[in-house]
Amino acid sequence: MSRISHRFSQRRAEGRKTLVTYLTGGDPNPQATVPMMQTLVASGADIIEVGMPFSDPMADGPVIQAACDRALAAGTGLRGVLEMVREFRREDQDTPVVLMGYLNPIEQIGYIEFARLAAAAGVDGVLTVDLPPEEGNELVAALADHDLDPIWLVAPTTRIERIRAICDHARGFVYYVSLKGVTGAATLDIDSVSEHVEAIRQTTQLPVGVGFGVRNGDDAARLGEVADAVVVGSAIVSRIAEHAEDQAAGIEAVGAFTRSLRAGLDAPSLEASS
Amino acid sequence: MSNAIEAIEAPADYGHFPDTLGHFGPYGGRFVPELLMAPLEELSAAYERYRNDPAFKASLDADLKDYVGRPTPLYYAEHWSNQVGGARLYLKREDLDHTGAHKVNNTMGQALLAYHMGKKRIVAETGAGQHGVATAAVCARLGLECIVYMGAEDVRRQSVNVYRMRLMGATVVPVESGTRTLKDALNEAFRDWAANVDDTFYIIGTVAGPHPYPAMVRDFQSVIGHETREQCLEQHGRLPDALVACVGGGSNAIGLFHPFLEDREVAIYGVEAGGDGVETGRHAAPLSAGRPGVLHGNRTYLMEDEDGQIMATHSVSAGLDYPGVGPEHAWLKDTHRVEYVAVNDDDALAAFHGLARSEGIIPALETAHAIAYAEKLAKQMRPDQIIVINCSGRGDKDINTVAEVEGMEL
Repeated sequence: MSRISHRFSQRRAEGRKTLVTYLTGGDPNPQATVPMMQTLVASGADIIEVGMPFSDPMADGPVIQAACDRALAAGTGLRGVLEMVREFRREDQDTPVVLMGYLNPIEQIGYIEFARLAAAAGVDGVLTVDLPPEEGNELVAALADHDLDPIWLVAPTTRIERIRAICDHARGFVYYVSLKGVTGAATLDIDSVSEHVEAIRQTTQLPVGVGFGVRNGDDAARLGEVADAVVVGSAIVSRIAEHAEDQAAGIEAVGAFTRSLRAGLDAPSLEASS
Repeated sequence: MSNAIEAIEAPADYGHFPDTLGHFGPYGGRFVPELLMAPLEELSAAYERYRNDPAFKASLDADLKDYVGRPTPLYYAEHWSNQVGGARLYLKREDLDHTGAHKVNNTMGQALLAYHMGKKRIVAETGAGQHGVATAAVCARLGLECIVYMGAEDVRRQSVNVYRMRLMGATVVPVESGTRTLKDALNEAFRDWAANVDDTFYIIGTVAGPHPYPAMVRDFQSVIGHETREQCLEQHGRLPDALVACVGGGSNAIGLFHPFLEDREVAIYGVEAGGDGVETGRHAAPLSAGRPGVLHGNRTYLMEDEDGQIMATHSVSAGLDYPGVGPEHAWLKDTHRVEYVAVNDDDALAAFHGLARSEGIIPALETAHAIAYAEKLAKQMRPDQIIVINCSGRGDKDINTVAEVEGMEL
């Protein structure tokens, strides 16, 4: 069982939801990332997504684009991110790490070499936002050779036949993007999310994570009602940005925010309490 | 996908590409976030339906004739040819299209498609502003809302085109992210489309982007090559010996080239922007000096660093200032059907002046790259041979840029 699957089973056995948190590797500087990952874990995150900086992140909003720009300006590329995961893994053998980003930096290393390096660094899953399953066979095969889970997105526009095809390729968990738009956009429509998550559950046994648009503990709690995992990205990255000049303050702010997400997610069900 | 693309065998028939998923050999495809897969499938289906619909074709043809001003002349530039010496030089006069460049052939087609699909809101990206202007015009004509994303740096450089777009009712949104140029405008237009897929149609201005855009834009621009073929046969009873066009994303080039790809006796040259010189690294010539990668929805040649980050480009011509190129060009390069070369800023500027003085035609700076290479090529050919150059746009928009480069105040 992969570290990701194991983490989901653990939480499920405890009757809790899984909290997935995102940060961009190397933002705002290469030294900041590992302590921030440790802070996320200490504050209640179950799985860490580390963004691979890319110059043209077309699926992301301004918050993540700015994080990519800061990371690139401070000299972090894909190999740098792998180094950060390796360092994180020295102290933490339990928390799953998922790399998230765009295909081109991976292509430049080469799929097979990338999979080898990622596995050696202690990565557990890979999510490439601009790689649909139609184009993904080669990368999926390379990841499979190293027991890395390919994580795929399902969108509000994805029809049922595609959901099936995507779930056939997926391992670890399926990531439902709960909004039309880019990361960090607008507000949450919980009924629509619930409907789509149900459709995904009809086609796969894999846990379903929901992300895009989670801003606070209440959002997390509401999504936790319908999904197995809640993914939070832009709201964390904007706190890192706010304190880019002061690492201790950044750690403090992200820690407090993550604890509030955890508390929201672990609170008794809203329906039960209302 | 390994980085080293081995020599690729030329296909028996170029006309049958791309495949159903948009591949030109190893290039093209559909590399987009999941959210955009459904709208791209919807677009592919609509395009397949309407491209074969006689009523759609008739209304597009009518607009191309009466609104765009087609057919454009195939003009023998005799004075210029005599000055250069060698082959006879013919200009396919896309500079005479409405709005001043070939771009409108494509925007007319896509906007009509959007109209038939019931999409009321159009988004587009623009670099120099020509595609933005061509999109704003057809949207005004069809009563569609038009939002144009343009890098903040380009908004500054091309203020006249910004004003033209606004005059025709478009909203121009300056893009402050990244390098604040064309590639960032594309990112932003994709983001808008992702957020508004239900009622919005994205009119991409070149033969790049995810499938079906490279094939669809090519088809709309192929009117250039079809007319050229007919005109050349009519005027000379034979095909031209060589074709020359500038290549940024590559839409004017593929439009001229595509109907000739099967005619192996026709030599074809694509001219990229060499900027300060390909050897300096300050250029916009991915086919001459880049390598394959994935950007903006397709696999193609890119200007990128070791880490796969997209590099800033440089060209005196804003319309060629793009780090990628249409995937079909990548494939035509690897199959050796088209030869891709680069022309530097200085040579393009000289050709800009040269054509203005010899023919009274001020070409766009993009076009001037093709003009410069055609001069070089003509000198190596015989006087009975014919070169057709795609005169893809007029140079009025570039007058301020040229004056600035030459230290003149207007």
